[in-house]
Amino acid sequence: MTDNVREITYRDAVREAIREALLADPRVFLMGEDVGRYGGCYAVTKGLLDEFSPDRIRDTPLSESAFVGAGIGAALGGMRPIVEIMTVNFSLLALDQIVNNAATIRHMSGGQFEVPVVIRMATGAGRQLAAQHSHSLEGWYAHIPGLKVVTPATLEDARFMLATALADPNPVLIFEHVMLYNRSGVLSADAGPVDIRSAIVRRPGKHVTLVTYGGTLFKTLNAAETLAKGGVEAEVVDLRVLRPLDAETVLSSVRKTRRAVIVDEGWRSGSLSAEISARIMEEAFWDLDAPVGRVCSAEVPIPYPHHLEEAALPQPAAIVAAAKATLGV
Amino acid sequence: MPSLGADMEAGTLVEWLKGPGDRVKRGDIVAVVETQKGAIEVDIFEEGVIERWLVEPGTTVPVGTPLALIASTQPAPGAKVSTVAAVPAAPTPMAPSSVEQPPRARRARVSPAARRLAAERGASLDRLTGSGPEGAILYSDVERAAAAEPVPRPTVPRRLDLAEMRRAIAAAMARSKREIPHYYLCTAIELTRGLAWLEGTNATRPPAQRLLLAALLLKAVARALGEAPEFNGFFTAHGFQPGAGIHVGTAIAIRGGGLVAPAIRDADKLSLDDLMAQLRDLVARARSGALRSSEMSDPTITVTNLGERSVETVFGVIYPPQVALIGFGMPVERPWTAGGQVVARRVISATLAADHRASDGHRGALFLADIDRRLQSPEKL
Repeated sequence: MTDNVREITYRDAVREAIREALLADPRVFLMGEDVGRYGGCYAVTKGLLDEFSPDRIRDTPLSESAFVGAGIGAALGGMRPIVEIMTVNFSLLALDQIVNNAATIRHMSGGQFEVPVVIRMATGAGRQLAAQHSHSLEGWYAHIPGLKVVTPATLEDARFMLATALADPNPVLIFEHVMLYNRSGVLSADAGPVDIRSAIVRRPGKHVTLVTYGGTLFKTLNAAETLAKGGVEAEVVDLRVLRPLDAETVLSSVRKTRRAVIVDEGWRSGSLSAEISARIMEEAFWDLDAPVGRVCSAEVPIPYPHHLEEAALPQPAAIVAAAKATLGV
Repeated sequence: MPSLGADMEAGTLVEWLKGPGDRVKRGDIVAVVETQKGAIEVDIFEEGVIERWLVEPGTTVPVGTPLALIASTQPAPGAKVSTVAAVPAAPTPMAPSSVEQPPRARRARVSPAARRLAAERGASLDRLTGSGPEGAILYSDVERAAAAEPVPRPTVPRRLDLAEMRRAIAAAMARSKREIPHYYLCTAIELTRGLAWLEGTNATRPPAQRLLLAALLLKAVARALGEAPEFNGFFTAHGFQPGAGIHVGTAIAIRGGGLVAPAIRDADKLSLDDLMAQLRDLVARARSGALRSSEMSDPTITVTNLGERSVETVFGVIYPPQVALIGFGMPVERPWTAGGQVVARRVISATLAADHRASDGHRGALFLADIDRRLQSPEKL
């Protein structure tokens, strides 16, 4: 390691982001199930209770509706709460608070009240946690006006999206894919703030655009690597932000490659991938050389057995096949 | 869909070579169809402007199906637009009985990007072959075509499917032997004058312009047919129908097996030079699989000329619905009597296989004798 890069895991990057936020702003505090003494379900907050006081690292009762509601109230009251929900599956218990309150209050108060709450949650499958703990429901939240939905996939985004989210006057939902926590890599020491507005091209290419985000970004980059060996140069677009959607980055890539495949761990029907496909149809139809392709999870409750779980999720081979199908090769 | 042979029941449209709005005249090649005999170019017998296509490329349709609407340039009372099945089909004695339902017409696949680029550049999509999924025409296809000036003819997937051709020959020949009561006549024709005249004519010509014996033989047959109309035409459900002209089908062997017998139209009216040029052209195109529909459906008689292949006599099988076939063997040197002397002369055997429903042996004999007589005066051919 040289001085200006260092090895770090995604989990560590998230922890550093929280720690930095706690140090930077006394209004910031963290609450959630097992975030304090246990150190977080995915060990993201390990050690923070020792460093910060229990009133800033707060273990909550097992009641998502209550502590998310408390977070919204605290935000209304001028605090900058970071609420951790163990997984997106449990966030369903807090849907009323998120959808009916957090997303609407600024609008319904005519702008008198802002709700600068940040809600972090784990999402996705791949750890053999079975059907009730493997959902990818970020696409649902991306449906709701009034929310911002971000999906950090890289170390840099994991490290720096939180600060931008906390600075935003609106409720921001951060989805951390469970398969990313253990990923490690190098982070530039001079890496700095990131926006939560734009998608980004993670790999340039000219033959087909692969649109993805979060947990499937690296599978998609793998697929692009495989495609490159066969002479197909895939451009990989990481959405980063699911709401508001940065359609322009997607569209300008598709206008260049004239083909698109959307890779989304969510189920196909009524999904975010459907929305992106529709945007492409609406705004880039005349630039297409092939129908838009999609690689999504099989429409089944995510299976527990490892081989079935793997079979149900988008995998590089399927992404390669879908990309090739748009090229007729 | 023109009938390109008595046993053709359906054909597949491969490609349109003209588009809506294009002005066409008799003889223009408007489309390519895939048949048992390979890819055939469809030429047109009408004059007018193509109104629209009725069949999309890739579609298989029965013989007789209208392929396009052509608006006549001369307004006719009653019907402004005439439906044209490209070619007045050759008499088809057998009704297409068990033609498969044609698959639903499929729209040519042109990607939105390709359509927009073509519109921007004013390029025609008609002549493009797509390189995309399921043959879709893509942006890059239009780009390539637009880059090249003039727009290059795409490579038509012409292919001679020899197995298919064999099946077609089998069907036609089996039907011929099943239905046509053949009779055969044979005579030896002295070629001394004919060959001497050929040698004299060719002596001053470059190789590419030399006449072959085949041209002489074809011309003699064509001229003799003028006096023997019962050998020139078709036998249909309504009996014998004389041909409208003398269009001599010339059997051409295909390398690898199989044969086709495309027509030289109005062979009786062509000069020997023109006939020779057409023969060369036909042979070249037959072997590359680029014959026109009319050439396949037109022949009113077939001539098979085994030429230098070392048999003396050929007894042919009539190609239905034609009623006669003339066969020439190899020219050979034989003892011949002339003026009470036995002399060596070059002779060729000419056979007539004829349909007894349409003619009798006596007329056949006169026909063969007339061919002989004409070959003795080659300068008049």
